[in-house]
Amino acid sequence: MPGKLKVKIVAGRHLPVMDRASDLTDAFVEVKFGNTTFKTDVYLKSLNPQWNSEWFKFEVDDEDLQDEPLQITVLDHDTYSANDAIGKVYIDIDPLLYSEAATVISGWFPIYDTIHGIRGEINVVVKVDLFNDLNRFRQSSCGVKFFCTTSIPKCYRAVIIHGFVEELVVNEDPEYQWIDRIRTPRASNEARQRLISLMSGELQRKIGLKVLEMRGNAVVGYLQCFDLEGESGLVVRAIGTACTLDKLSSPAAFLPACNSPSKEMKEIPFNEDPNPNTHSSGPSTPLKNQTYSFSPSKSYSRQSSSSDTDLSLTPKTGMGSGSAGKEGGPFKALLRQQTQSALEQRGGSPHKFCRRREFPFFTLTAFPPGFLVHVGGVVSARSVKLLDRIHNPAFVGIMGNTRSYKLLDWNSFNSDEPETRDAWWAEIRQEIKSHAKALGCHAVVGYSESTSICEEVCILSASGTAAVLNPRFLQDGTVEGCLEQRLEENLPAGCGFCHIPYDELNMPFPAHLTYCYNCRKQKVPDVLFTTIDLPMDAAVIGKGCLIQARLCRLKKKAQAEANATAISNLLPFMEYEVHTQLMNKLKLKGMNALFGLRIQISVGENMLMGLASATGVYLAALPTPGGIQIAGKTPNDGSYEQHISHMQKKINDTIAKNKELYEINPPEISEEIIGSPIPEPRQRSRLLRSQSESSDEVTELDLSHGKKDAFVLEIDDTDAMEDVHSLLTDVPPPSGFYSCNTEIMPGINNWTSEIQMFTSVRVIRLSSLNLTNQALNKNFNDLCENLLKSLYFKLRSMIPCCLCHVNFTVSLPEDELIQVTVTAVAITFDKNQALQTTKTHAEKSLQRASTDNEELLQFPLELCSDSLPSHPFPPAKEHLESASSNSGIPAAQRAVTVEKASPVGEGNFRNRSSPPCANSTVGVVKMTPLSFIPGAKITKYLGIINMFFIRETTSLREEGGVSGFLHAFIAEVFAMVRAHVAALGGNAVVSYIMKQCVFMENPNKNQAQCLINVSGDAVVFVRESELEVVSTQQPAANCQPSCTGGEVTT
Amino acid sequence: MTSELDIFVGNTTLIDEDVYRLWLDGYSVSDAVALRVRSGILEQTGATAAVLQSDTMDHYRTFQMLERLLHAPPKLLHQLIFQIPPSRQALLIERYYAFDEAFVREVLGKKLSKGTKKDLDDISTKTGITLKSCRRQFDNFKRVFKVVEEMRGSLVDNIQQHFLLSDRLARDYAAIVFFANNRFETGKKKLQYLSFGDFAFCAELMIQNWTLGAVGEAPTDPDPQADDMDMDLDKEFLQDLKELKVLVADKDLLDLHKSLVCTALRGKLGVFSEMEANFKNLSRGLVNVAAKLTHNKDVRDLFVDLVEKFVEPCRSDHWPLNDVRLFLNQYSASVHSLDGFRHQALWDRYMGTLRGCLLRLCHD
Repeated sequence: MPGKLKVKIVAGRHLPVMDRASDLTDAFVEVKFGNTTFKTDVYLKSLNPQWNSEWFKFEVDDEDLQDEPLQITVLDHDTYSANDAIGKVYIDIDPLLYSEAATVISGWFPIYDTIHGIRGEINVVVKVDLFNDLNRFRQSSCGVKFFCTTSIPKCYRAVIIHGFVEELVVNEDPEYQWIDRIRTPRASNEARQRLISLMSGELQRKIGLKVLEMRGNAVVGYLQCFDLEGESGLVVRAIGTACTLDKLSSPAAFLPACNSPSKEMKEIPFNEDPNPNTHSSGPSTPLKNQTYSFSPSKSYSRQSSSSDTDLSLTPKTGMGSGSAGKEGGPFKALLRQQTQSALEQRGGSPHKFCRRREFPFFTLTAFPPGFLVHVGGVVSARSVKLLDRIHNPAFVGIMGNTRSYKLLDWNSFNSDEPETRDAWWAEIRQEIKSHAKALGCHAVVGYSESTSICEEVCILSASGTAAVLNPRFLQDGTVEGCLEQRLEENLPAGCGFCHIPYDELNMPFPAHLTYCYNCRKQKVPDVLFTTIDLPMDAAVIGKGCLIQARLCRLKKKAQAEANATAISNLLPFMEYEVHTQLMNKLKLKGMNALFGLRIQISVGENMLMGLASATGVYLAALPTPGGIQIAGKTPNDGSYEQHISHMQKKINDTIAKNKELYEINPPEISEEIIGSPIPEPRQRSRLLRSQSESSDEVTELDLSHGKKDAFVLEIDDTDAMEDVHSLLTDVPPPSGFYSCNTEIMPGINNWTSEIQMFTSVRVIRLSSLNLTNQALNKNFNDLCENLLKSLYFKLRSMIPCCLCHVNFTVSLPEDELIQVTVTAVAITFDKNQALQTTKTHAEKSLQRASTDNEELLQFPLELCSDSLPSHPFPPAKEHLESASSNSGIPAAQRAVTVEKASPVGEGNFRNRSSPPCANSTVGVVKMTPLSFIPGAKITKYLGIINMFFIRETTSLREEGGVSGFLHAFIAEVFAMVRAHVAALGGNAVVSYIMKQCVFMENPNKNQAQCLINVSGDAVVFVRESELEVVSTQQPAANCQPSCTGGEVTT
Repeated sequence: MTSELDIFVGNTTLIDEDVYRLWLDGYSVSDAVALRVRSGILEQTGATAAVLQSDTMDHYRTFQMLERLLHAPPKLLHQLIFQIPPSRQALLIERYYAFDEAFVREVLGKKLSKGTKKDLDDISTKTGITLKSCRRQFDNFKRVFKVVEEMRGSLVDNIQQHFLLSDRLARDYAAIVFFANNRFETGKKKLQYLSFGDFAFCAELMIQNWTLGAVGEAPTDPDPQADDMDMDLDKEFLQDLKELKVLVADKDLLDLHKSLVCTALRGKLGVFSEMEANFKNLSRGLVNVAAKLTHNKDVRDLFVDLVEKFVEPCRSDHWPLNDVRLFLNQYSASVHSLDGFRHQALWDRYMGTLRGCLLRLCHD
């Protein structure tokens, strides 16, 4: 009995009228945890009941504390008939289980009903008394902190970054249980909500156990997802990066992780594990599949190509992808050997905390300075699977009652099921790992996994960025082979990560290498694609921009295997085209690198959609990209030629315009290259991808366009024409607007405090008549472009501003429907200061070019004085400071820079949108998908927010149609997130993400249903201006909004 | 390709003031889009009509969701669904409860009942205000009326507390509620020249002096008396007003009053002769108005009577406003010198208010 949960129900307000006769409500509350239920008294005839209950005490195991949500149900008492439920509140008490997070949950929670939405609010106080658990064999993992943030959280320091943790749990979906046919939609929705809440609790606890096993104390970059597999069940899976974090007691007095000379720092973050069965569960258990001997899943039997449960990389035959791999086999072997030996050596080293880990993956996208040494490129893998209806026999058994012998224990099913899913993911991860090795990298960073499900077909995708990490984080010994030379201590910070990690002579794919434009010492590729954020110290010229590739492909409707085959066949072509589009658009922008690349492939009944988003930048270290040449295949027609040259001119103009727009003016040093023709004009790709069916040898698609000049677009048919047109139809954002899908915009660092997070959803119906690939592409393109245009228009009052972390998700809910969901945050910045900092930036990059080692050594030390050193993208002022320190400006001069930065603070107070009004009863809670809040300092992490909601209606028209329904629901979801954060004592959610927004409608029946899953980190932040000496302007500016407000309320 | 669903939800609810105004004015989405296009917003922002349509729809949806909360403004402050900065909340409320002068003149003093609501389309046609906007304004009047109807204490304070309106707007609503409750006739042709502001001014004076709330001459200290209400005229006071009749019924008193006024104003008034000639008529008019106020019917006709009996005679003789003021001041003050008259306090309570009202009513 290691824990006591105490709950007090204080009051309710704005309750709905439940008794028509009196226009009032006789409300009482049921408080349920696990199997224990308490009730308050009935508060008669009031819409604002004051229960003021005693403390309800639950004595529970900490295992339950982690798994179970606290369930509060508000009901209307009825003497004669059954009590009517008003609504429920689920409270995740996990944040109360860490010592450093929240100590009490107290506040007003919206009372939520899956049919009616929010119906009033209830004031609840929750506390937990934890007793020390001496049991070593405990099943709970209380105390392990979880962060959605994909970088080291601001007020912590990373002592050790252990590596990848993953887990998944499976259950049947209550929506598909037999009982669902006889219970109400409300009961079914609530069963689902509760189950998912339970499952995520369990999942988190299991991940926590793994972390404890690794001797870590936190999970960073925790990403939990649901796969609604329909009849085959419900999968909740999570990945994250295990770390040992140290709380920074006083933000000013500590050393950043990377600079700490402590022995711990040299800890191995991951390891190659030849004998993976050290964990009781996880990806390393494919063998168990056989021991449990539950009949192998149908996908195995149906799809021979993916049937291998052993994870060897031996070539397999199958529904292969198109082209043959260009990869040099011997090289790979050599490289693998080298890495292997290096890693094994480390594995053998006598480190106390040495953990054996199978996958050297990191879900982080931003790192402590010095952690990331080289970046190889994007690695991705996809696999098409068929979902099984393993529960079906049992369903039948229960329903029919005649075949009761098939009534099996659900648990036995459930315990087997994860093994299948685990094996699927293990397979994909293995591929990712081998791709990374092919790129000469021993780790994958910015790693993520996703699925797309349509009926019984599921596409599993994983992607990341192959990378070489700093040996200081690995071990203190030397690393042999080709890695050695690149792991020198004095790597130039601004360009080091661009240098190729693979062997120049044995390149894994045809590539064009040049000497680094920055340090002139190492080789760099001509283009770099990554899934991570732009490293803080990267030398960038100009600003970045959002680049998207959009693609649709029609597919015949088919069943099961045929369907899976059709999809598998289409995938390589889609990937190829998406990649080509990205490359062309990047060139059109005059840029040479992509960060935050995320390629999403969604499957529908009769089509596949590909949507790739990334942030393009011009890396100073990489060569200037060449232009795009257009060539006609049939140059006999005069007017045609004219047309071609016209197009060519247009393209050239666009490139020139973009260079101006994004302020891409590479320093003089590279001038020689700009003018000269590209010596070996071959485009090459750093994108390795594969389908799981394909053998290892054919996994890497050749994206190099063969021997062709890559910058030449041949217009030989209308298709190509369309492509060129679509290139030119992407309209740049209106002036004053920038957009990116990374944490922040490269080239802008003077953020002011106004932020606006938003979610926008659009669904279009395609007319079934003109369903051609071209028409589809155009429709999809228009949909995305119009959506962006709408966003720019809506947010025009915030100019100058930048849309950051623009996250598009596309899904195909029905035959002719395309749904696009966008979540992003608009942040204002100070235009005048932008100029100033760009100057500093250019100065910096120039200095970089001359590679001053001394300066580089100085850089981390100077960072120490910074208050947020582990943060890769310090907002506004800090960035200025660090920028100035980077460029080696002497102290006196730096002080001036700091002073100049102070107007930012003043600007904050003049901002209208966030007036700290005294008379407002509802505290403002900021939400942002970023890991920071501009102009503010995060002082405390209160715990993870992970919420799942279902909303259903049977009166769609009355609620304003589909738009009205979803608009209200999303607003309610925001409200519930804010309420939970406020109750934890926080004032913001960072790293907020809407992971799922599944919308289904049936207008004929006047019905609709929507499922939303969101997560983020609840935090407390303090405005920097409040931390500093209060300026004279502050009270004056402060009083203004409160005065106007006061006028109204008094 | 048709848009099935198109929404935008911000963590801070976006409020576009221009669109809010169009919505309040009762324009349909398509009309609002057309009006916005005409305002030149497309040229300014480089947006397309489709973007504008989507944006307008979004705002309209938001406003529709907010409308429920705007019906009880304190709810808007405490609700959790829409995160709106306080200054914006105030703006939303203030604009929602704002009304058109033309509209309020049509319904001022009418019973806020279903019957009147049925006439709204006529009002809409007459004033050019959309029916939707008329309904909102009418419903606002009615809602405020219902809430404060049974409440004790200061009318303005009650309105401010329950609807969080600015002082100015709360005073206007107090006037509207007061007029609706007492059903003062304001629609007659001869009253058409009067603005809502004129009536509101009079209403405020009457609330301060003639209602039950005004008893004890301490309107700042709302004494929680059993039926202390600002909405009803003090019945007792109205009864007492009959006593004033003696001022015109008693010939000696009337003559004395006249001579006192004339002596005081001789040489000071441009229209002295006209005043002298008209004094008895004017005085009779004013006193008779007071004496009749016991009947509900006559209370309703108060403004008609005042205009007929006082404003119009003055106007036909072209009295300058300053002369009217001098006359009224002297006319009220002289009564104190009438030894035979015992109702000085009553006279002051009546005439003090009436003087203010009449001055306000005397214009073209």
